[in-house]
Amino acid sequence: MAPPNTRRTGFSKRAQYGTFFGYLAAMAGVLVGAAVLLFSILNKDAFTGVRGMASDVVAPAGMAVSAGREGVHDVGTTIYGWFTWGSTNARMKRELELARVRLIEARAIEEENGRLKALLAMRQDMTAKGLQPVTSARLINSTASSMRRFATISAGRDKGVVTGMPVRSPLGLIGRVLETGEHTARVLLITDPESVVPVRRANDGLAAFVQGHGDGTLLVRLISLGINPLKPGDVFVTSGSGGLYHPNTAVAAVMRVTRDGAVARVLSDPSTSEFVMVEPVFAVAAGMPQALVPVSDAALGTAPKTKAKPKPDQREATD
Amino acid sequence: MPLASAKPMQKINRAPSPLLARTVPPLAIILGSVLQTLPLIASAPILPPLGFLFLLAWRQLRPGLLPVWAGLPLGLVDDLFSGQPMGSAMLLWSLAMLFLEAIERRFPWRSYLMDWFVAAGVILGYLLLGSVVAHVGKHGPIATVLTPQLLLSVLVFPLAERFIATCDRFRLWRFRAIS
Repeated sequence: MAPPNTRRTGFSKRAQYGTFFGYLAAMAGVLVGAAVLLFSILNKDAFTGVRGMASDVVAPAGMAVSAGREGVHDVGTTIYGWFTWGSTNARMKRELELARVRLIEARAIEEENGRLKALLAMRQDMTAKGLQPVTSARLINSTASSMRRFATISAGRDKGVVTGMPVRSPLGLIGRVLETGEHTARVLLITDPESVVPVRRANDGLAAFVQGHGDGTLLVRLISLGINPLKPGDVFVTSGSGGLYHPNTAVAAVMRVTRDGAVARVLSDPSTSEFVMVEPVFAVAAGMPQALVPVSDAALGTAPKTKAKPKPDQREATD
Repeated sequence: MPLASAKPMQKINRAPSPLLARTVPPLAIILGSVLQTLPLIASAPILPPLGFLFLLAWRQLRPGLLPVWAGLPLGLVDDLFSGQPMGSAMLLWSLAMLFLEAIERRFPWRSYLMDWFVAAGVILGYLLLGSVVAHVGKHGPIATVLTPQLLLSVLVFPLAERFIATCDRFRLWRFRAIS
């Protein structure tokens, strides 16, 4: 039972004015909030600095929590593994034998590939320098209650992280850097509805886009429409077109085929990866920065804001 | 409401600290805003919007403690951490404060159940509008994503209120000796 309104102002002019201006301020708050919201929707790069500072402030707490997070995630797996270790062990032994052979074959193919490329005088895009990650960092936190999917990593401008750089874990692609703070950077996860990654099927190079779905899965959109050739279990890797993501980074595996594409599972679940690597922007690392779309000026580190800004939709589709 | 009376501590010659009494409510809400990002790296929105739940809880447990315009500054802090476009919480929290004020005008005597229903409605509106704001111009899979989060938020709300009630007791702790 709530108490009756004890905030009746009575005859005090001061109290009456106080209440009145309180309501006025609340209305003004609505208007200010709406204005800021409109501004930030129209201009996505606004407020980057403030948010960077804010995430810098809470970074130590995030670091402390993130160390324990992986342990907690492991509890279920450990208990489950205790019951299934026998069969798993046998299966893994078999797979290891196969994988060893495949690895040796792959090495041979890689060498042959290099020789053939040299024969064709093609540019070796994956020089040793290009493959070096910019830095490795801890995943500190993520927006767990908003529809947008951002995560924060514990490396920022001080480690040379700039906007556009792809972020990956050993298991696959996680996302790309969207905003940088001094010691932290905000990462757009590939499950975000606004993230679009150009991919190809790992075994035959079928080109497609992978788009976030907002609920932790990904949508695979084929470029050439027609009969849907996808099957559950197909693995997609980045194709490198657009110039942001390095080719052949694992992205997703198809779970369910739909009428004109598929719903896919993220291969590198960000919730189980504590450490991630920040890689240089592919086009820059490969020595052809002119291949990048003009938006990613910031990714080159030069950031001359002379060109007109493209529409947000265009930007998302091109990278 | 005799809030501090249950505590077995010395009350004579003691007074609550005005600093604590003023700063605990906003600090608790800011704590909720920061906390909702921390404990797990989620690939889908699953956690309840803790900052907003705490705001509702303060508003319903202690009407009049937070000023009507409190949604603006506290929403600003929430926007910094939540990942929503800047201004979304500033707008929606201000609207929620005004809405609750109107409810209080309309129904001065409310049962706890009604308070909970009102909170559930406000949370529903907040999550819906928040997802609309986050996806301007796009159609997302709203129902499948929002339903679990909404259910969790509504069920967690009494616990959030319990936590805020503890904070409130701490806020009015009489530990300042009057000399």
